[in-house]
Amino acid sequence: MIAESGHYALVLALGLALIQSIVPLIGARLRDAALMSVARSTALAQLLFVGASFVALVMLHVNSDFSVANVYENSHSMKPLIYKITGVWGNHEGSMLLWVSILALFGGLVAAFGNNLPLSLRAHVLAVQAWIASAFYLFILVTSNPFLRIVNPPIEGRDLNPVLQDIGLAVHPPMLYLGYVGFSISFSFAIAALMEGRIDAAWARWVRPWTLVAWIFLTLGIAMGSYWAYYELGWGGWWFWDPVENASLMPWLAGTALLHSALVMEKRNALKVWTILLSILTFSLSLLGTFLVRSGVITSVHAFATDPTRGVFILLILCLFIGGSLSLFAGRATSLKQGGLFAPISREGALVLNNLLLTVACAVVLFGTLYPLAMEMLADFKMSVGAPFYNLTFAPLFALLLLAVPFGPMLAWKRGDLLGVTQRLLAAGVASLVTVAIVWGWVRGGSALAPLAIGLGVFVIAGAVTDLVERTGLVRLPFATVLHRARGLPRSAWGTAFAHAGLGVALIGIVCETTWNSEYIATMKQNEVAHIAGYDVKLDGLFQRQGPNYREMIAEFNVSRDGAMLSVMTPSKRSFTTRGSSTTEAALLTRGASQLYISLGDATAEGAIAVRIYHKPLVLLIWWGPVLMAFGGVLSLSDRRLRVGAPKPARAKPRLQPAE
Amino acid sequence: MTRKQRRMTIIGGSLAVLALAAALVLNALRDSIVFFSTPTMVAEKHVAPGKRFRLGGLVQPGSLQRGDNLAVTFEVADGSAKLPVAYKGILPDLFREGQGVVAEGALDANGVFKADTVLAKHDETYMPKDVADALKKQGHWKDDYGAQASGGAKPAATTAQGSPQGAVR
Repeated sequence: MIAESGHYALVLALGLALIQSIVPLIGARLRDAALMSVARSTALAQLLFVGASFVALVMLHVNSDFSVANVYENSHSMKPLIYKITGVWGNHEGSMLLWVSILALFGGLVAAFGNNLPLSLRAHVLAVQAWIASAFYLFILVTSNPFLRIVNPPIEGRDLNPVLQDIGLAVHPPMLYLGYVGFSISFSFAIAALMEGRIDAAWARWVRPWTLVAWIFLTLGIAMGSYWAYYELGWGGWWFWDPVENASLMPWLAGTALLHSALVMEKRNALKVWTILLSILTFSLSLLGTFLVRSGVITSVHAFATDPTRGVFILLILCLFIGGSLSLFAGRATSLKQGGLFAPISREGALVLNNLLLTVACAVVLFGTLYPLAMEMLADFKMSVGAPFYNLTFAPLFALLLLAVPFGPMLAWKRGDLLGVTQRLLAAGVASLVTVAIVWGWVRGGSALAPLAIGLGVFVIAGAVTDLVERTGLVRLPFATVLHRARGLPRSAWGTAFAHAGLGVALIGIVCETTWNSEYIATMKQNEVAHIAGYDVKLDGLFQRQGPNYREMIAEFNVSRDGAMLSVMTPSKRSFTTRGSSTTEAALLTRGASQLYISLGDATAEGAIAVRIYHKPLVLLIWWGPVLMAFGGVLSLSDRRLRVGAPKPARAKPRLQPAE
Repeated sequence: MTRKQRRMTIIGGSLAVLALAAALVLNALRDSIVFFSTPTMVAEKHVAPGKRFRLGGLVQPGSLQRGDNLAVTFEVADGSAKLPVAYKGILPDLFREGQGVVAEGALDANGVFKADTVLAKHDETYMPKDVADALKKQGHWKDDYGAQASGGAKPAATTAQGSPQGAVR
């Protein structure tokens, strides 16, 4: 019954989405408020039904109802409860259901909190949301229905892929989808604006918070996924430039550009057409990512050809939405009024440069992702485009971007003073040069690239701090005034500083990890000691343990430094009987921002075991950076300026306005 | 500055960045792309020693030999040709004799493929898609692999990082 109810709820959601696609638009044409308001109720009802459908699938997984094919293929009665729940989106059908549920959630949020939107804008936005939703409901119902029954139900399921039986699966995909799908809102707003032929600064004020929410989730989702890969795959890598990862990075790059261009549009009413185009491109890249991941085209274009229904379906959706929206853009963009003049050297100019570098970097990633596919399809030879390619292309572009980051927030709107800003950034520049010198001296030669990159990271952080110091008047004003100014500073200014500093932090982590990572790989016997980066790691022994749905071999290591005992580390190797496969559970010891990382290989007949030990200096900065960025995003989101329809400040503005 | 001059500055800047990116990409394409080959293709094309490529095929049953200090040698076969592979390090969890494998590295002067990376799929089919395609093309495709490969759900592809490739260095 549950499966059928879930299926039925999904069909009803499709019906509601179809109504929502058409009726509000008719209402907008006829200027009929009642018809336009239909969008609001259908969006909420749609959320209710697709939510019910999702809950139904979760219940099927929790109850281990193996008469449902999706549960049989991806679950096991012995699996711990949390993985029964997370296993719902650990497979194609379930993850698509999560995708549409989140789409409906965003639609519902616009419906619920969009009371102060102009009625016709809201109707248009929700109608566009419903188009996307209808397409994906159809996709699920036609090609990937998660509620299909098996005629002769088996007694036991095939279990979830062991690699996915991890807490990472509970957090990473929902976060990522909240980001990916969240960009559908700015897409819908862009299409609505094009259809209405009207766009102004107020439009940007509505779009920016939604984009920011999506961006925050996407940032955290990508970082979380990277950390998951780092500890789960067992060799300490955290980014592989694999097409699936690129699929999430591209919307992030475009979305970051969108955040910044929406800022120009909101403050200065300029870059309108570009902002609209970026909104369309960002969500198009999310759709492209969905296509790449879901169609099987990544592993091989031939895999795509063997089971084409799903791939072709998503490809059709992709062409329809990207082609349709870009044609609409081409037809209507010229009718949008241009506005807001600015000199090339100005805050706007800096934001244009930011957009330029981000979109070009994004294009490079897109090229690297699609080029092997194109070559395989056209010339029939296989190749892989990996880290070396991106190091030579993406890295220089991003280095340029980072070099410009501290200048942006310090330039004035309309006409900036580059020389003045450079003078104010002198301290940051000196700090960064000193860092380069210290690091260079400390490692005594070696590649010049690493110290320079760390210097760049320090420059970005120091630049963010300088901006705050300048705005609050720290150093040159009395402390009480500084406090007062700091309190009066818009939250978005703090957000900018945190997000930009996060970039620098992540860069330093990346450089330290890749340059000074030390590793020790060998077979170890009991009581043998490995020496790595000043630590002594002694193998105490091997144990066997029975888990809920796996057997586990644990190795116990005693870690000490200079004779002082620090900790016991217990990496393990789990073998899952149902799938006949095994996973490597690495053990991590965190010391400050650095980590000691141990993972196991195979045991030999003589009782020795292959061991991989890494010392990863400052590796945690790689993820603290994005967390800082997301925190900056949250601060910016809490800014009263972004609170949609927030009343004008009641108080008279404080006399001391921070220097913009 | 007039409006036109401002526009020209921005367009000029954009073109400069685009040209820079294009130059970077073209430069990178020259030497950072790794091609995929099977043992047969290696035999036919006479790949020069030291040229990096990815070698894919089946691990020849009975060929795996473990030496001291985690050194391993095995042979990669694709039905018509075989190529000896030497690797030092820990093999991935899913490495099995008779199963598919992809190794990255270069040939040495003696015609031994020195691998510095061995990749295996993190799913239950044990058959990297590259290898499956190459074998299919040559007609060495066993049906049981096919059944597994098409019937196997790809849960790993759900997430960005539960990604199907685990690499070992």
